[in-house]
Amino acid sequence: MSLSPDQIKRIARLARIAVSPAEAEELRVRLNRVLELVDRLQSIDTAGIEPMSHALEALLPAGQRLRPDLVTEPDRRAEFQAVAPAVDAGLYLVPKVIE
Amino acid sequence: MLNATLAELASALAAKRISSVELTKLFLARIAALNGALNAFITVDEERSLADARAADALRARGEGGPLTGIPIAHKDIYCTRGMRTTCGSKMLADFVSPYDAHVIECFAAAHAVLLGKTNMDEFAMGSSNETSFYGPVRNPWDLRRVPGGSSGGSAAAVAARMAPAATGTDTGGSIRQPAALAGVSGLKPTYGAVSRFGMVAFASSLDQGGPLAKSAADLALLMNAMAGYDARDSTSLERPAEDYTRALELPLAGLRIGLPREYFSMGVEPDVLARVREAVRWFESQGTRVIDIELPNTRLSVPVYYVLAPAEASSNLSRFDGVRYGHRAAEPRDLFDMHCRTRAEGFGAEVKRRILIGTYVLSHGYYDAYYLQAQKVRRRIAGDFAQAFRQCDVIMGPTAPTTAFRIGEKSADPVQMYLGDIFTVPASLAGLPAISVPCGFDSRGLPVGLQITGQYFAEATLLGAAHRYQQVHDWHLRVPKETPL
Repeated sequence: MSLSPDQIKRIARLARIAVSPAEAEELRVRLNRVLELVDRLQSIDTAGIEPMSHALEALLPAGQRLRPDLVTEPDRRAEFQAVAPAVDAGLYLVPKVIE
Repeated sequence: MLNATLAELASALAAKRISSVELTKLFLARIAALNGALNAFITVDEERSLADARAADALRARGEGGPLTGIPIAHKDIYCTRGMRTTCGSKMLADFVSPYDAHVIECFAAAHAVLLGKTNMDEFAMGSSNETSFYGPVRNPWDLRRVPGGSSGGSAAAVAARMAPAATGTDTGGSIRQPAALAGVSGLKPTYGAVSRFGMVAFASSLDQGGPLAKSAADLALLMNAMAGYDARDSTSLERPAEDYTRALELPLAGLRIGLPREYFSMGVEPDVLARVREAVRWFESQGTRVIDIELPNTRLSVPVYYVLAPAEASSNLSRFDGVRYGHRAAEPRDLFDMHCRTRAEGFGAEVKRRILIGTYVLSHGYYDAYYLQAQKVRRRIAGDFAQAFRQCDVIMGPTAPTTAFRIGEKSADPVQMYLGDIFTVPASLAGLPAISVPCGFDSRGLPVGLQITGQYFAEATLLGAAHRYQQVHDWHLRVPKETPL
């Protein structure tokens, strides 16, 4: 499969990355090289093989550990918001979304 | 002192032949002298390091402390450090100061080690050469025109140039082992889940694993004793009894079954690399081990599988960089969409963007089954290859990388050329197995070659033991790079 310029634009929009027309062309060439590499997987017969999402399944046959649904963390909002680009009165500020 | 092992440093500190403050100043001076040429460190805070050292000296004066007390250790800049910036090699996090420490940072603080600084790395750990760092490439101490490997290239170069006695790294598809090989140091990727990922910036969560880099396998074992273990804050952290990773350093080699995968000795490996690895295997054979030819038939598919799965997971993980809660934010956004798009366009470098886009594509509607699900199915075949092989052998040996260190810029024009160099490290990552890389000689240009030893789940102590026995009678790991003499 090979990506068209329109597909590059669509993927960049989905990924929320602004891409200039010049960048889009370079990306198209490079991403198509990567797709050529990964397209080798298409011809492999995987009938009857379950997908392996995690190495943990080999290590934790019983499945991933779950914790009880209890509040255990202290409130550290002020500390966490101190590293945010824009906050006010405990809220994260972003450009207006709803008119 | 600069070329001493961790055990030697610990006994020098215990015998009061040197204080931690003196030792720390020695390494800080070495960093100051060499970092301009090597660019191995992104952040050094001398005051903080010396404060750690004074605290360690006070502890030792009271007769307290452990094997790492007062020993300076560098950390890959992917581990969050409270009060010291954590950039992850990215412009996105250029000014980011974490409100908390990573679990691994806490572990070394609890052992009263000295935090020596934060090492350079490929941006968000995406790279095999350290060229994708926003803070510039790291240079290989064995040849300044060449890369040190990546993504833990700063950590590997720092240990190789004796700017740090040891360092932490992370390994998603080879990011500890490959730079260890290319820079001539020892590096261990533990079993997936052995080291907590809490506070370690996420790249590909089903693969990411923290681990140590140091001169010797015995040093790696000491570091593992400090950094491995259960942590409830990482849901993939394995709940197991604490283990002593030094317990098998005197491993009896007689009878050990060593598997040599046919595929690892054929696929485009440089002749000098093959020759050095074969010499190392012959030494093991002379010690009464049994060398067995094995097959890992899906090896050639490991790189395509990895370059679907890792970007897919990265595209999800890196969606958190949205300019809202931390990190870079674009100036004067028109609206929220514009803010997201420009923040990410400005904050991420070219390789990170490419991987996010590939990941977005393989997860998108209509392509998910063909790429992502298919890659996960082939992943199971790769893991199955190992399960089959370990019925015949105890450990698997081969080259860590098909080549020695390449020139800066040599592989940056074609991403696929760079990716194919990961062929021998990616399989153990996909299966979640532990693997170590140790120096086993030099090529004709004087560049280090790495021997990789892969083991069963939780076989770290065996890998460290086999490597230690090799290092007791070989001194490749103690050689100092000619560009950075002591």
